[in-house]
This record gives sequence, structure tokens and C-alpha cells, in this order.
Amino acid sequence: MSTNSEIEERAPRRRTWRDVDLRAVAPFAALILLLIIGALVNPNFIGLTNLANVATRSAFIAIIAVGATFVISSGDLDLSVGSMVAFVASLMILFMNSGAIADPSLMLVAAMVLAVVIGGACGLLNGLITTLGRIEPFIATLGTMGIYRGLTTWLSQGGAITLQSSELQALYRPAYFGNVLGVPVPILIILLVTAIAAFVLYRTRYGRHVVAVGSSREVARYSGIAVDRVRTIAFVIQGLCVAVAVLLYVPRLGSTSATTGILWELQAITAVVVGGTALKGGAGRVWGTICGAFILELVGNIMLLSNFISEYLIGAIQGSIIIIAMLVQRSLTRKS
Amino acid sequence: MANDGAIASVPVLAAERISKTFGEVQVLFSVDMDILPGEVHALVGENGAGKSTFIKILSGFQPPSSGRMLLDGEPVTLPANSTAEALGIILIHQEFNLAEHLTVTESLFLGREIARFGVLDRKVMRAETRRVLDVLGSRIDENALISSLAVADKQMVEIAKAISRDARVIFMDEPTAVLSREEAGVLFDQVRKLKAKGTSFVFVSHKLDEVMEISDRVTVLRDGQWIKTAPTSMLDGEAIAQLMVGRELSSLYPTKHEPDVDEEVVLSVRGLTTGYVQDASFELRKGEVLGFSGLIGSGRSELMEAIAGLRPRLSGEVFLHGEPLVAGDFREANRRGLAYMTKDRKGVGLLLDEGMTTNLTLQSLGQHLTHGYLDPASEAKAMARARRRFDIRVRDDRVRVGRMSGGNQQKLLLAKVMETEPQVIIIDEPTRGIDVGTKQQIYHFIAALAREGRSIIVVSSEMPEVIGLCTRVAVMREGHLVGMLEGEEISEQMIMRYAAGLRRKAAG
Repeated sequence: MSTNSEIEERAPRRRTWRDVDLRAVAPFAALILLLIIGALVNPNFIGLTNLANVATRSAFIAIIAVGATFVISSGDLDLSVGSMVAFVASLMILFMNSGAIADPSLMLVAAMVLAVVIGGACGLLNGLITTLGRIEPFIATLGTMGIYRGLTTWLSQGGAITLQSSELQALYRPAYFGNVLGVPVPILIILLVTAIAAFVLYRTRYGRHVVAVGSSREVARYSGIAVDRVRTIAFVIQGLCVAVAVLLYVPRLGSTSATTGILWELQAITAVVVGGTALKGGAGRVWGTICGAFILELVGNIMLLSNFISEYLIGAIQGSIIIIAMLVQRSLTRKS
Repeated sequence: MANDGAIASVPVLAAERISKTFGEVQVLFSVDMDILPGEVHALVGENGAGKSTFIKILSGFQPPSSGRMLLDGEPVTLPANSTAEALGIILIHQEFNLAEHLTVTESLFLGREIARFGVLDRKVMRAETRRVLDVLGSRIDENALISSLAVADKQMVEIAKAISRDARVIFMDEPTAVLSREEAGVLFDQVRKLKAKGTSFVFVSHKLDEVMEISDRVTVLRDGQWIKTAPTSMLDGEAIAQLMVGRELSSLYPTKHEPDVDEEVVLSVRGLTTGYVQDASFELRKGEVLGFSGLIGSGRSELMEAIAGLRPRLSGEVFLHGEPLVAGDFREANRRGLAYMTKDRKGVGLLLDEGMTTNLTLQSLGQHLTHGYLDPASEAKAMARARRRFDIRVRDDRVRVGRMSGGNQQKLLLAKVMETEPQVIIIDEPTRGIDVGTKQQIYHFIAALAREGRSIIVVSSEMPEVIGLCTRVAVMREGHLVGMLEGEEISEQMIMRYAAGLRRKAAG
């Protein structure tokens, strides 16, 4: 590399603060700010127990949002994730209640595999409708959102589907409530899912293709990238992430209903956008997404602990956050 | 400033010691320019010389960092956000600012619609649009949708828009880049008519023959510095090119190497037909540079995209190294060593929001995989290599590609395509919108690639380019391959005869 030093006109430039991409840093700055505010509001807030609780509760949205980062980075959108959670969870519990396998451990493993397969299949369906059917992802997944929700309501006959075997429940409980070396399992799962996702997005050919497709489909096509395949796989990844979230959700309550996961799609998209991923596609930020999911949960937690604002306003606050995040993102883009 | 004394009138618009700095980078250094009433003033310079920035400042789209502007001899601060249009100073952008789904009339009155009691007065607006179009001698229908117009007509709408706003100075940034010769001729006729009525034009162009044809005075910028302003009659194309580059231009075109007649045929196209292209057949030999000439819209790009598999073909066959190539599979063509370099580098060639490396390796990521994951060090190496080989000059490695000059973008696009190590390279408009110096470089790259034994098809609307580079030239007209010229036959007159339909023969 250093053979031709005359042409290498790159004098060793010092990295200045200008080089830092503010959009990548902004969500983490916001997180720190929230932590400080929280500490001021209530001294219990900053305690390890409370923060670990918050992180654990953010697990569902965080994991779903990691999948949404792929879909959004590739320039699409998936509105069906909330319904998909309910649908996959229902089928999983129904399968466990069917008693098809006698051995509880084996049953549990089979049920988990089933959930992952169904999640992937739901994602594949979304992807194929969008790409093969050439339907706007907004409309396509609005449709499947209704379908998954409707099927869940039908399966549960409008009520709840509850895991009946107490033996299975006991066996499965630690998946959500357990600890490994003092760290709650859901937090470990978040970190694992995010690390894998970050690796795929930043260090594999597929990840680069996702960014290219989201940045410009035409450029991707003229670069010999199989655009439809890349988009479809992103939807499948979203489905798999939903399935992982379900694997954590089912042991928590051991039950699901027609109202499970309502508005989770909004929260997942908010987490992605707050995390710095552009909604129009292109740059995806997986760790930012996790940060975004954590911010959403923290805001709720601070509201609970503070007594200033009614916790019934959480939805309104979260709605405001997505708008503010978009405004901040845009103002930072202009500056750079 | 170079007032040659003969013209005594006060400049409509003058810039004095204009400097402009973006962040830490200074792009204009104390530049002067004056625009007289009723003159066509050409602004020329290499890519990155600061022309675009300068006219954006002159037309009020950007404020200067220092220096002042004079309007009719009075100091003036041009209002920001294009409201300078109210003063009669109008910039026609390189990429038109027209909404595709509006009609011509709606476009003309966009933002200043005429209304009566809050209701649009379509009749009055249509009549006024017709009047302006008639002044221009244009036959565009005032009710036509913008999306239905040809590029040249869109340009005409932009000019009509300028006139309807009583323009005093019209800035045009490379107005002919997307026009054919005939269309450019029509444009110039309009410019002359308006000039006679006292409208001034500032005309940025890379086509020096056009500068010679249309302009009264020329101002040359180089590296953000004012170099010279002189009456066009005192210069010739060669002199302007030298002022732009700042050095003698050695031969613009490299020497040609004709491949042996018994050299292997690497690409063979037989009876290829698409929606527009009819029954095209030709062969390409190893080490050959084959030109494709013809008017804009003659089907050259469509043919090339069909060969590469980016467009479906209705019938016909393509053989690469003797083996048939499946229709519509660009990836397969890529794998087998056929590359297509688009003419639309901004639209489909490069990811403008990404950095250089992402773009460079996008088509060839397979080379940078270690155990299945991407190796940034390997990509960085490829980038350093490409920068040396194609002389890509940027101030900052991490610059977004959209911010690079056209010439550097074009070199990067060529580098990206070459990363796939193709044996057959189709280059569509290799030098669109780039300056003389970079053009020369790209010509030499193409010649060097051919000497390495690669085969190249050059599709170009610039005849000198095809003539200077290619050992054979195919001419297309209205979807048909109408002629194949070799050796002495290759001349502008011959190409024109075929392209215009005066001659035709079976393609060889």
C-alpha cells in the first residue's frame, strides 16, 4: 500500500470531533441524558436492580426492533410484527397444550423450533407478497397484520390461550425469569441477538447488500445484486426475530390473547428510528436500535417513578419521541 | 476584470472578489466576473474548478464567504433561497426542477399561480404559457404533462419559466449535456433571440465547440481561481482548453491498436431484438475497442442493457467466448466476465450517500470475504489500489460520493466496474459531463484496458470520442444497426450519414 508515496497525498490526518457522525452518537447521548434525569427524579432509579428490570422489560421490543432494522435499512417496512407475535405465541402454546410429545423437555424444544419456523415463514410470506407481488410493503404488511391478528382471535375464540401443563411452565419459566452469573436471561438474549445482527449487517456480503438496496434499488440492480432476494431475506430475519421475542414472551405469562403485541410495531419502528436508522433506507444501526428500545422503556420507567406525569400518557409520550427523533435526525443531517 | 473598452454599458450583474469556503476547504479565491446586458458569457473550467459553486453564488442560491455583488452597478445582497428570481436572476439547474406530474402550464406558474377570489384562473395562465412558448417558437402543448416531454422540451419549459419571470440574467449549468446536436441547435437559436432582446446568459459547459459557437465572452476558472476573461473571438478551442488545464494538452486520444483479424471473437450478438431494438448483430474481438454511435434515442443503451441482461430480450442470441449467455441474467453475465458501465452514474451507478470504498467493492464483495465475512483491510487495499490506478483525487477519504466532482465519480464508477475483472466491458457514455483533463485520462484508461487484452464497447454521443478511440464504429438509427465503419471510413460525415438515415448497409 505504501509503495507510491507521492500519490498517497493522505497526510496523517488527526481525527477531530468533526469526523464523528453525530447521528450515530445522538441516541447514546440521549440515553445518558435520560439516565441523569432519572437519577435526579428518583434516587432508586439509578440502582442496578431497577435498570436491570428496565432492560429486561425492553427485551421484546428490542429484539423485534433488531429485525426491523434490517427491513427498514433495506428500504421496506413491516407493520405486522405485533400481530405476528400474537399469532406465533398462540400456535406455540396450542402445540404445547396438544400433548403431542410426552417428554416435557423434548416437547419444549420442539415447540421452540416450531415457533422459529412459523416466525420465519410469516416473514417469508411478508417478503414474497412485497417483492413477488410488487405491493408496497406498507400495504402488504398492513394486510398480513390483519390476517395474523384475525387468525389469533379465531384460534383463541376471542379469549386467551393459556399454557396448561404446569410441568412445562416450570420448565420454561427460567427462560425469562432466570439469571446467568447474575445477569437476567432476556438481557443476555438481547446482547446475543444484537451482536449476531451487527455482525451480519456490518461484516457480511448480505449486510452490505441490504444497505445498498436500501440506499438505491437501481444502483443495487446495476451492481448485480439480487434485489428481491435481499429484501425477502430481510423480512425473514424480521420473522425470526419476532420468533425469538415470542420464545421470551411465552414463559413470562404462559398465556396469550387476541390483544397480545398490539402497537408493538409502532414501538419497534420508533426504536429503530430513535436509534439513528434512516426510515428511507440505507444506513442501518443495530446498536442504536437497542439504545432506542431502551430509551422507550426508560421514559416509561421514569414516568412511573416520578409522579409528575400520569403513566396513562405513555403512548402519547412515545408518539412524541418518534417525531422528535425524526426532527433531530434531520437537523443533524443538514449540519453534516 | 477584463473590460475590453469597446463595451461601455454597465454590467447587469457583477461579482467582485468573491471567495467561498466550505468548512476548512476554500473552493473560490477572490473571483471576479461581470455580465453585460445582452451577452452570452461562457464560464468554463475543469471539474472541481468551482464553476457550479460560483454560479450558485451569482444566482443567490448560496451566500459568498467574502466579496460583493453589484446589480446595475449598485452593491446588492442577493436574498437567499432563490428569491433572487424576483430580481430577474434565474438559475436553470443541471437536473431540472420540474415536477413530473404537473402540466406545462402548472409548472410555469408553480408558486405564483394566478387566482381570482382564491380560485385558480386556468384560462389566463394557459394563455400566458402559450404566449411565452410562442415567443420561444416552441410547439410544446401547454397542457402536456411534464413526464410526457422529451428532455429537450423540458429544458425549453425551464427557459419559458425563466422568460415568464422577466429574467434579466439566466444561468444555465451544462444545458446541452442531455441534448442531441439538433436539440442543442434549437436551444441556441432561442438563446440568440432572447439575447437580441437584451437578456444575458451565463453558460457553463464542457463542450468547447459550443462555447465557441454561442458565447460572446469566456471566463476561465481553474482550481477556484479566476484565470482569464476574454472575448470568444480572440480565442479558439485549443486555447481555452489550455487555459482550463494550465498545461499543454498532449494528444487527447491515445494511439489506437487494431486487433488482428484472426483474433478470437469474445462477444457475438445475433439478431437481438427488444421492444425497440430490431435484429441487431455484431461481433467483438479480443483487444478491440468498438464504438457505438448514433443520435440520442437510437436504441444504443437499450441494446447494451439487453446484451448485459439488464433488460429482457424478445429474440436473438448472445455468445460470450462462444458460449450462449442466458437472457435477462445480469449476475450471470457479470460472473462470466461481461461488465456494463452505465451512463447514469448518479441514478444507477453509484450510491451517493455512501463512501468511496462501499461503492468500489459493491459489485465484487466476493473478493473481500475471509471465512465468509467481509475483511475491511482487504477492501481498504482495493481502494488504495483503485485510487492509484484511476487517479481518483479527493481531499478526504471518507467523503460521501455524492459530494465528489463528476470526474472523480466517473473514475470511481470505472474502478468499481473494473473490480469485477471483466474481459468484455461495455462503457456507456464514458465522459458525460466531465472536463477535458479527466476525459483524456479516461481515454487512456480505455486504451490501456484494450492493450491488456480486454475488449471494450464504447457507446457515445460525442462523435470525436468514438472516432478518436475506436477501430470500428457501429452506427444505430431508430433501433436498427444501420452501419459498421472501419479504418478510413470512420469520420463525422460518414457517421452522420448513417445516423441520419441517408445511408444504410448490412451490419458486418
